[in-house]
Amino acid sequence: MRFSGLRVIKEGLTGNKGWSAHWRDASPKDAYDVVIIGGGGHGLSTAYYLAKEHGITNVAVLEKGYLGGGNVGRNTTIVRANYFLPGNSEFYSHSLKLWEGLEEDLNYNVMHSQRGQIVLFHSDGQRDAAIRRGNAMRNQGDDAELLSVAQLRRMVPYLDYDQARFPIYGGLLQRRAGTARHDAVAWGYARGASDRGVDLIQNCEVTGIDVENGKVTGVQTSRGTIRTKKVAMITAGRSSQTAAMAGMRLPIESHVLQAFVTEGLKPCIDHVISFGMGHFYISQSDKGGLVFGGDLDMYASYAARGNLPLVEHVMEAGMTLMPMIGQAKVLRSWGGIMDMSPDGSPIIDKTHIDGLYLNCGWCYGGFKAVPGSGHCMAHLVATGTPHKAAARLRLDRFKTGFGLMDEEGTGAQHNLH
Amino acid sequence: MRITCPICGERDRREFYYSGHALALDRPTEDAGSEAWDDYVHNRDNPCGETRDLWYHEMGCGAWVVVTRNTATHEVIATKLAEEASS
Repeated sequence: MRFSGLRVIKEGLTGNKGWSAHWRDASPKDAYDVVIIGGGGHGLSTAYYLAKEHGITNVAVLEKGYLGGGNVGRNTTIVRANYFLPGNSEFYSHSLKLWEGLEEDLNYNVMHSQRGQIVLFHSDGQRDAAIRRGNAMRNQGDDAELLSVAQLRRMVPYLDYDQARFPIYGGLLQRRAGTARHDAVAWGYARGASDRGVDLIQNCEVTGIDVENGKVTGVQTSRGTIRTKKVAMITAGRSSQTAAMAGMRLPIESHVLQAFVTEGLKPCIDHVISFGMGHFYISQSDKGGLVFGGDLDMYASYAARGNLPLVEHVMEAGMTLMPMIGQAKVLRSWGGIMDMSPDGSPIIDKTHIDGLYLNCGWCYGGFKAVPGSGHCMAHLVATGTPHKAAARLRLDRFKTGFGLMDEEGTGAQHNLH
Repeated sequence: MRITCPICGERDRREFYYSGHALALDRPTEDAGSEAWDDYVHNRDNPCGETRDLWYHEMGCGAWVVVTRNTATHEVIATKLAEEASS
């Protein structure tokens, strides 16, 4: 089933009875060329690019729940490429370019909206860092503009500029950054993969990874044994449990990150805005709700909900930045499980087991990475060599110390990210 | 989440600084080699369920506390001074 303007009009006139399911709900076969563990954004995009770019269609995506029911459905939908360090810089740049062609590529409206992201700064030191980051972003081929306070006041007049504690000195704008409809991203990739022959298997939990003589031979699942020579572990949030089935310990600690949405309001916030002092970010969904969040709860957690101290912290930061939102009622809050790596950056790599591939450590940045992650992961699984945009996202960088990508400059230590 | 400091009693979680899984108690010897040190510094069991963390009572008595808690439910099961906890 493909979408087109004509089709939408025809269905509108005939009671919308012609729409069919977007993907086949497949049952597992005995064997596949590639088995992907995890039917989230990254797993689905990997399956899609394996089929589309590499012609590998005898693929199963195994999801223990339902497709898109994990972190791809629990985030703040921000898409950007404002990274600084080599490794992250080219990867997120690559991913943003894929975002820009995604709707056409998938024939699916993912509501990708390049409304621009403004990162505010509040001191001379932060301004220097923003200038440096902006230069790095332009060097990687992306856009960045430094905004003065006067420019900011015209663009976003509702911020509290003149406060004594966190005065606003300016902002760094990336116009190509923005948001996308998170569920539609999962559904678009699912349909694209399914149409090309990939089996998307829901309610199928992997309970074991079979390894013989250092090589992957298959997986055990709640729906039987599946033979395969290639297994891709793409279960961010649960990576440690997945890898443990293959006897691996990972440099990952899972944390909860909370987010919030208010009641629907008339359009008032046109950009994605990040507050550099209190760590707060906000955008307005197309439905009208203000979507915002802040820091991690900062201790290991698998509860898909947070605790009140961070709720209070986020609300305080929001009110400090833009007092006008104080009347808005918060409708919902939720928590996603973050795969925190020691340097705050992702891992896409082979493992020491032949045929076993790892995609994890997305920290709080997994959503914007969905196209790039799948694209690079598919390349790695198909060819056995890293894609050039993901060449530095290696597992051994912690052991060797070479190529650590510590964007926050806090050190390669778990509890600091 | 509230944590019971063995010295001060039950307190708000915000009085404590989280320092990750309670590994400091299992520090390898200096000559243990890079594999052992990489594993110690970076790799984690990261269980979904019962775990042991190290928390510092920063805004209280300054004690280091080993907290046994459940990462899925946030239930705090037991606390003990780090100096009294064996690895």
